[in-house]
Amino acid sequence: MTTDSHTETDGAAHTSTGLSNNKLGMWLFLGSECLLFGGLISTYMLYRGRVGEGPRPSQVFDIPFTSVSSFVLLMSSLTMVLAVSAAHKGDDRNTYLWTTVTAILGATFVGGQVYEFTAFYNEGMGFTTSLFSSSFYVLTGFHGVHVTVGVIMLMSIVGIMKRSKVPGSKSETVEMIGLYWHFVDVVWIIIFTLIYLIPA
Amino acid sequence: MAIIERSITSTEVFSVATPSSSLGALKRPVATTGWKSWLFTVDHKKLGIMYSAAALFFFIVGGLEAVLIRLQLAAPNGKILNADLYNQMFTMHATTMVFLFVMPMAAGLANYFIPLQIGARDVAFPRINAFSFWAFLFGGLFLNLSWFLGGAADGGWFMYAPNSGPVFSPSHGIDFWVLGLQITGIASLAGAVNLITTVLNMRAPGMKLMRMPIFTWMQLVVQFLLLFAVPVITVALFLLSFQRNFGATFFDVSAGADPLLWQHLFWIFGHPEVYILILPSFGVISEVLPVFSRKPLFGYPFVVFSGAAIGFVGWGVWAHHMFASGLGPVSVAVFSISTMAIAVPTGVKIVNWTMTLWGGKLEFTAAMKFAVGLIVLFTIGGLSGVTHSVAPSDTQQTDTYYIVAHFHYVLFGGAVFGLFSGFYYWWPKVFGKLLNEKLGTWNFWLMVIGMNMTFGPMHILGLQGQPRRMYQWTEARAGEGLFNFGFWNMFASIGSIVLSIGILLFLINIVITARNGKVAPLDPWDARSLEWMTSNPPKEHNFDSIPTISHLDEFFHRKYQEDASGQMVKVKTAEQVMKELEDNADAHIHMPSPSYWPIFLAAGLPVISFGVIYSIPIAIIGGVIVLFGCYGWSIEPSTAPDDDFDPPATTKDVVHVG
Repeated sequence: MTTDSHTETDGAAHTSTGLSNNKLGMWLFLGSECLLFGGLISTYMLYRGRVGEGPRPSQVFDIPFTSVSSFVLLMSSLTMVLAVSAAHKGDDRNTYLWTTVTAILGATFVGGQVYEFTAFYNEGMGFTTSLFSSSFYVLTGFHGVHVTVGVIMLMSIVGIMKRSKVPGSKSETVEMIGLYWHFVDVVWIIIFTLIYLIPA
Repeated sequence: MAIIERSITSTEVFSVATPSSSLGALKRPVATTGWKSWLFTVDHKKLGIMYSAAALFFFIVGGLEAVLIRLQLAAPNGKILNADLYNQMFTMHATTMVFLFVMPMAAGLANYFIPLQIGARDVAFPRINAFSFWAFLFGGLFLNLSWFLGGAADGGWFMYAPNSGPVFSPSHGIDFWVLGLQITGIASLAGAVNLITTVLNMRAPGMKLMRMPIFTWMQLVVQFLLLFAVPVITVALFLLSFQRNFGATFFDVSAGADPLLWQHLFWIFGHPEVYILILPSFGVISEVLPVFSRKPLFGYPFVVFSGAAIGFVGWGVWAHHMFASGLGPVSVAVFSISTMAIAVPTGVKIVNWTMTLWGGKLEFTAAMKFAVGLIVLFTIGGLSGVTHSVAPSDTQQTDTYYIVAHFHYVLFGGAVFGLFSGFYYWWPKVFGKLLNEKLGTWNFWLMVIGMNMTFGPMHILGLQGQPRRMYQWTEARAGEGLFNFGFWNMFASIGSIVLSIGILLFLINIVITARNGKVAPLDPWDARSLEWMTSNPPKEHNFDSIPTISHLDEFFHRKYQEDASGQMVKVKTAEQVMKELEDNADAHIHMPSPSYWPIFLAAGLPVISFGVIYSIPIAIIGGVIVLFGCYGWSIEPSTAPDDDFDPPATTKDVVHVG
């Protein structure tokens, strides 16, 4: 009798690769996301010198501020690891704790981005000011939306877990969000380096 | 929902008495018949049929658009369409055929046959599968709504700047185009994640990668291409939408933008897209040719690896669409060479197919005719394709009818003929009835003659300098002699009518077969691969017991064995093979449960898109629908828990699926 099939959520036990469907699916999705950010980064790199009448990158960027918010985002990867580790141990209390901390750090980063965008706008760099400004806002905006989606997922999973309604394995669900979260962080490292650290 | 109690004699589906709740508010859908069973289904077979039916509908729409184009060009100074409408017509013809016919039709076949071919009971993510279908359908309908809301997109299917900008295209057509393609892109991406996971993770025991049927292999390559190509067009479409709706200037040369940015982004997607269109058909005929030649596929590993090679090299040839744009000699040389190189794996495939036919006991059923038709017609299109790799000559041919001739030979003669081959081959599997072979023969010959009459002369027209996308040609430019523009344009237009009659015969064939078609025997073609090792049409759970695979062409090897003289002789009938599976049937098979959420979530996407075009509050409503859908989705278990069934299923002897 062959029972070599499985539900969407019940882990890796019976798959051909040994990797659960959810995890493999998430890895594939993240592979696809690489090309999304690849396209956006290429566009930015092409246009970053085309400032027209608007401000130049060096005139608006506040590198110390962005470094701090980048640090906050990177630290959230650490807390995410702690959350995943707690989830694997079945330690609900610490899972909730670290998931919430990760969400707060992520939200802080997004808040920093909103502040930064507002400051740039006040200095005369609107979305349509120049090719540089448009491609800057699109690239960092897309990243910001990804972080925001991550924050929403983190907060939702805490809420859903407390009502113990997660279908399938809790720890795998947390781990999946973790994969997404680390990916978004890694993308930020690339964006931060290319946009802020390497002069145009 | 459906729990299937299998006794050997009955495949009755037990309905569920206490459906679980979705988001605490809605009862889980439980219908197993009627329209609700289709609307909320997550069954890969139903979804495959719906994909194909919707694609066929769009095929007719796109075909009518093509006929209007040919009628307009039949005689000088055509009056049927004005210039604006003509632009919309060729743009939407191409968009419809590429994104709303060939892609979803291939997706339909993939949905239906991949799980069957690898010995699975469903795909890895059944609800995502349903979501993909609905997103594709809503995206396609959204795109075509533009016809009624101020005019369709008019910038050509590759939508170059500056024609795509608000100055040259002030109507909402291109906005509908951009957002519609975004939605179908989401569908393709979700489908790609789903099908790759299915192929890699859900194979029956013993089904190693190199034992997989070729159709599944080619689809795997296609899904990887989609996975990496779709996000690139997504970026391009976002940038275009920000330009048109929010005042950015990404492709506006007067604001200092680089017009080649769009071309690069588009073709980095667009060239892999070409292989996304053709590889499924290559897969289909690699199944059909061996069956009707009574021989195994010649050089199976070569066909697999040449498919994978096409998938890789397909990423390095995009700029051959841009030879006329002044890329510079180094780029042109590199892309010329890579374009020549990609002809090699394609040639390998053609050799393999020909060698499969060589010495076989050929049986020219309609499916086989279309498969052989593909080999011949695709080779012609492939050869004119190689001429494009010669940059100096390509620079002459760019934007002439020669290009139109080329891609119709590869896409119509290749992709579409492959799909038709698949229709005739798999129809009895899906519907349990054989399509009429006699009508099929007429269908085939009218399509072959019609397509050569329509697209053959376009080579000549193009080399004589007739440009693409001109809505009229005049007597003064028609040239001298009998065989001038006028003759060949009229000839091509008559051809398009012949072609249309051929396709009409297929539609008639469907109706006739549905009414009083011959009921198909269990194994009508003496087939080789796993999808035939189940009833026609397959049971909801596909296989009574999951077979253990020990051969490439498993079904064939269960029916045939080598005798003392080394001849393969039939030792078992298909019925006997089936009986063995039934004797080992799994007692309880727990199938994935239908769900409201896929269609609900997908319905939010066109609402957002309307909002982007007309007013932001509508977009916010759409966003709320999507968000609500996401929560409903994530709280609902993919498979209803055991205590939702009456009588409660005992997990011990239940086989979970998908």
